[in-house]
Amino acid sequence: MFHDADALLLARIQFGFTVSFHFIFPAFTIGLASFLAVLEGLWLKTGKPVYLDLYKYWLKIFAVTFAMGVVSGIVMAYQFGTNWAVFSDRAGPVIGPLMAYEVLTAFFLEAGFLGVMLFGMKKVGKGLHFFATLMVAIGTMISAFWILSVNSWMQTPAGYAFNTEGQFVPADGWLPIIFNPSFPYRLVHTVIAAYLTTALVVGAVGAWHLLRDSAQEHSRKMFSMAMWMAALVAPVQVLVGDLHGLNTLEHQPAKVMAMEGHFQSHSGGAPLILFGIPDDETQRMSHVLEIPRLSSLILKHDLDAPLAGLDTIAPENRPSVEVVFWSFRVMVGLGILMFMLGAWSLLARVAGKLYDWRGLKRFAVLMGPSGFVAVLAGWITTEVGRQPFTVYGLMRTAESASPLAAPAVGASLVAFVIVYFAVFGMGTWYLLRLMSRPPQPHEPQPANVPAHAAGITPAPALAGQKEKGHV
Amino acid sequence: MTDSTTLTHIWAAILAFAVFMYVVMDGFDLGIGVLFPVFGVGKERDTAMNSIAPVWDGNETWLVLGGGGLLAAFPLAYAVIMSALYAPLIAMLLALVFRGVAFEFRWRDPAHRAGWDIAFTGGSFVAAFTQGIMLGALLQGVTVQGRAYGGGWWDWLTPFSLLTGASVVVGYCLLGACWLNWKTEGGTQQHARRLMRILAPLTLAAILAVSLATPFLGNEYFERWFSMPRVLFTAQVPLVIVILTWRFARSLRRNYELAPFVLTLAVFGLSFVGLGISMFPYLVPNSITLQMAAAPASSQAFMLVGAAVLVPLILAYTAWSYWVFRGKVAHEGYH
Repeated sequence: MFHDADALLLARIQFGFTVSFHFIFPAFTIGLASFLAVLEGLWLKTGKPVYLDLYKYWLKIFAVTFAMGVVSGIVMAYQFGTNWAVFSDRAGPVIGPLMAYEVLTAFFLEAGFLGVMLFGMKKVGKGLHFFATLMVAIGTMISAFWILSVNSWMQTPAGYAFNTEGQFVPADGWLPIIFNPSFPYRLVHTVIAAYLTTALVVGAVGAWHLLRDSAQEHSRKMFSMAMWMAALVAPVQVLVGDLHGLNTLEHQPAKVMAMEGHFQSHSGGAPLILFGIPDDETQRMSHVLEIPRLSSLILKHDLDAPLAGLDTIAPENRPSVEVVFWSFRVMVGLGILMFMLGAWSLLARVAGKLYDWRGLKRFAVLMGPSGFVAVLAGWITTEVGRQPFTVYGLMRTAESASPLAAPAVGASLVAFVIVYFAVFGMGTWYLLRLMSRPPQPHEPQPANVPAHAAGITPAPALAGQKEKGHV
Repeated sequence: MTDSTTLTHIWAAILAFAVFMYVVMDGFDLGIGVLFPVFGVGKERDTAMNSIAPVWDGNETWLVLGGGGLLAAFPLAYAVIMSALYAPLIAMLLALVFRGVAFEFRWRDPAHRAGWDIAFTGGSFVAAFTQGIMLGALLQGVTVQGRAYGGGWWDWLTPFSLLTGASVVVGYCLLGACWLNWKTEGGTQQHARRLMRILAPLTLAAILAVSLATPFLGNEYFERWFSMPRVLFTAQVPLVIVILTWRFARSLRRNYELAPFVLTLAVFGLSFVGLGISMFPYLVPNSITLQMAAAPASSQAFMLVGAAVLVPLILAYTAWSYWVFRGKVAHEGYH
C-alpha cells in the first residue's frame, strides 16, 4: 500500500510516543480511583475524619491526573485513523465495536460522575457522592477491560474471518474475539500493575512526610495502606507475570525468545541470560552473564527441556531483541525491588517499627516513580515484541500505515513532543507540588470547587456594577 | 440486505446524534473559552469557568464517541477522513490538550494563571476553528483512491473551509454567551447579554454565507436542495430558521434567561439537518456512501444492542449531573 519507510518510522514513533505518554495517566488513575473509593467507603463506615482528609487530599491529585489522561486519551481515539488508516479500515469491524463499547460503558460513566465526584460533595448526599466515586472507579476498570481486549486481540487474534474487501470480520460471535487467548492474563497483569503503581506513589508520599514527622497521623495511615498493598500484591504480580509469560510462549514464542535474548536454539536445557549485549544485526549476544538451564526451568518447568531460539523464526518476522531484551529486564528488575519493598515493610510491621525505620521510608520514596517505569517497560516489551506485525502473524505494521508524507508526520511528531513535554511536564510539576504538602486535618476541598449560589438568591447587584469596568 | 441497510441507517443516525451532541455541548464550552479574554480577570472569568468545569469532560466524551463510533460502524470512512483531515485534526487534538488541562492547571498555579487563561482561549479557539475547517473540507469533498485517501496535505485549506471555520467559531461563541446568560447573574450575565446582541447577527450571517456557498460546491448539493419535489421539504429549513430568529430577538429584548440558549440550540439543530440534506447518502461526498463504508452487519448489530441500552442510560445520568449543578453559578470557590 505504502512504501515510504521514513513516514512509516515517523508514524510508529509518533504513535508510540502518544500512546506511552497517555498510558502513564490511566496507570495511575485506575488505582487511584479505587483507592479513593476505599477511603470514602472507610470514612462512611467508621466516621473517622482521617479518611475524609485523605480522600480530599488525593482527590485534588486525581483531578489533575485525570484531566491529563482525558486530553491525551482523545488523541488516541483519532491516532488510529491519522497514522494507521489501512489498519483501521481492515481491523475496524473487529476492534471498532470493542472500542465503541469502551466509550459507551466506561468513558461516559467516568465523565458523567466525575463532575459530582470533584465538585458535588456539598450538592448531593454522602451516599450519592460515594456512589459517584464508585462509578468513576468502576468506569476506569471497564475501560481497562475493553482496551486491553483490543490490545490482546492484536497480540493473539481469534474468532475472525476475512471478507471480500480483505477486512477482518467476526467469524462466530463476539466472545472468542473479546476473550481472546492472551486477554485474561493481560487484563489481570495490567490492572495489578496499575494498583501497584498507585500504591508505590501513595507509599512514597506517605514516607516522604513521615521522614519529616513520623507521628503525622495522615501520613502514617496512607503509608500503612500503601505498604499493605505492596506487600500483598507484588507477590501476586510475580505469579501472574509468570502465567502471562507462559501464555505468551504458547502464542507468541518469538516475543519470549526476544525477552530471553535467545537468538540460538538450545537442544538441551537453555540458560537464563541475566545480562548481555544483544545485537540485532549479527543476531548474537555478547558479554553474557547467564545461569545454566534456568530459562528451561522457568518456561518449561523442566531443567533439560529444549528451547527454540529466533533462528527458528524467519528473519523478516523477528522482533527487535535490542529493545525487548532490555525493556523486559527493566520491568522484572523493578518488580523484584517492589517485592523487596513489600517484604521489608512486613518485617517492619511485625517488628512494630513500620513508621520508624528510616531506611524503609527512604526506599519507599525512591520507589515512588518505579511503577510508571515498570508499566512502560512492560508495555514496550509486549508491543515491540509483537512487531513486525500490528495484528500478530496476519497484518504487518508496514502495510497498516496511512498514506502519509514524511514531512506531515514529522511536523506533527515535533508538535506532539513539544506540547506533551511542556503541558504534561507542568502538570507533573503541579502534582509534585500537591504531594509535597502533607495532608492536613480538615483538608480543604479541591481548590476550584464552583460554589453555586442558590437559584433563588437575588443577584448581587453591587458585584454587577463593580464589574462594569471590564466591559 | 434490507436489514443491513436499516442497520447502517440506524448507525448513521446514532453517529449524527453523537456529533450533534458534541457540537452543542462542547460548543458552549469552547465558545466560553473563546470569549474568555473579553471577561474581566477575577470574578467574571472564575464564574464563567466554574459554570462549565463539572460538565466539560462529559461533553467532550461525545467527540470520542464520534471518532470511536465512526471507526466501528464505518471503518472505511474513518480511515479516509482521518487521513484527509490530518493537519486540522492534529491541530484540534493539540488544542484540546491545552483547553482541557487549563481547567485544572489555572487553579493550581495562580502565578501563571494569565498564561493558562491564554492556553484556555487559544486552545478553545483553535479547536473550534479547526472543527469548522474539517466540516468545510469534508463538504467540499476529498480525493479517494481505492480504499484510501489520495489527495495532498493542504487540500483541506480553501476559502470555503476558512469560511466554515470562522462560522463555527462565531456560532460556538453565541452558544457560550447564551449559556452564561442562563447560568450566571449580575455583571457576568449583563456582559454575556451584550455579547449575544453582537454574536447573534454574526451567526445568522455565517449560516447564510455557508448555505449560499454550499450548493455551488458541486457534489450534487444543488440538486439535493432545489430539485422538485425535494425543495418543498428542504425549503422548510430556512423558513424555520427565520421564525427562530424572530423568537430569539424577542427573548433577548425581554431578557429571558433560558430561551435564547434553547433557541440557539434549535438553530444549530436545523443547520445540522441542512448538512444532512446536503450529504446523505454519502459519508465522503461523491465517493463513499454509507453502504460502502459500513462495517459488516454482525459488527453493527453487536454494537446496536449495547447502544440501545447504554445511550439512554448515558443521557439519564448526564441529565442528572447537570441537574445536580443546576441554578446560578457564583464566582467564588473555596480557593
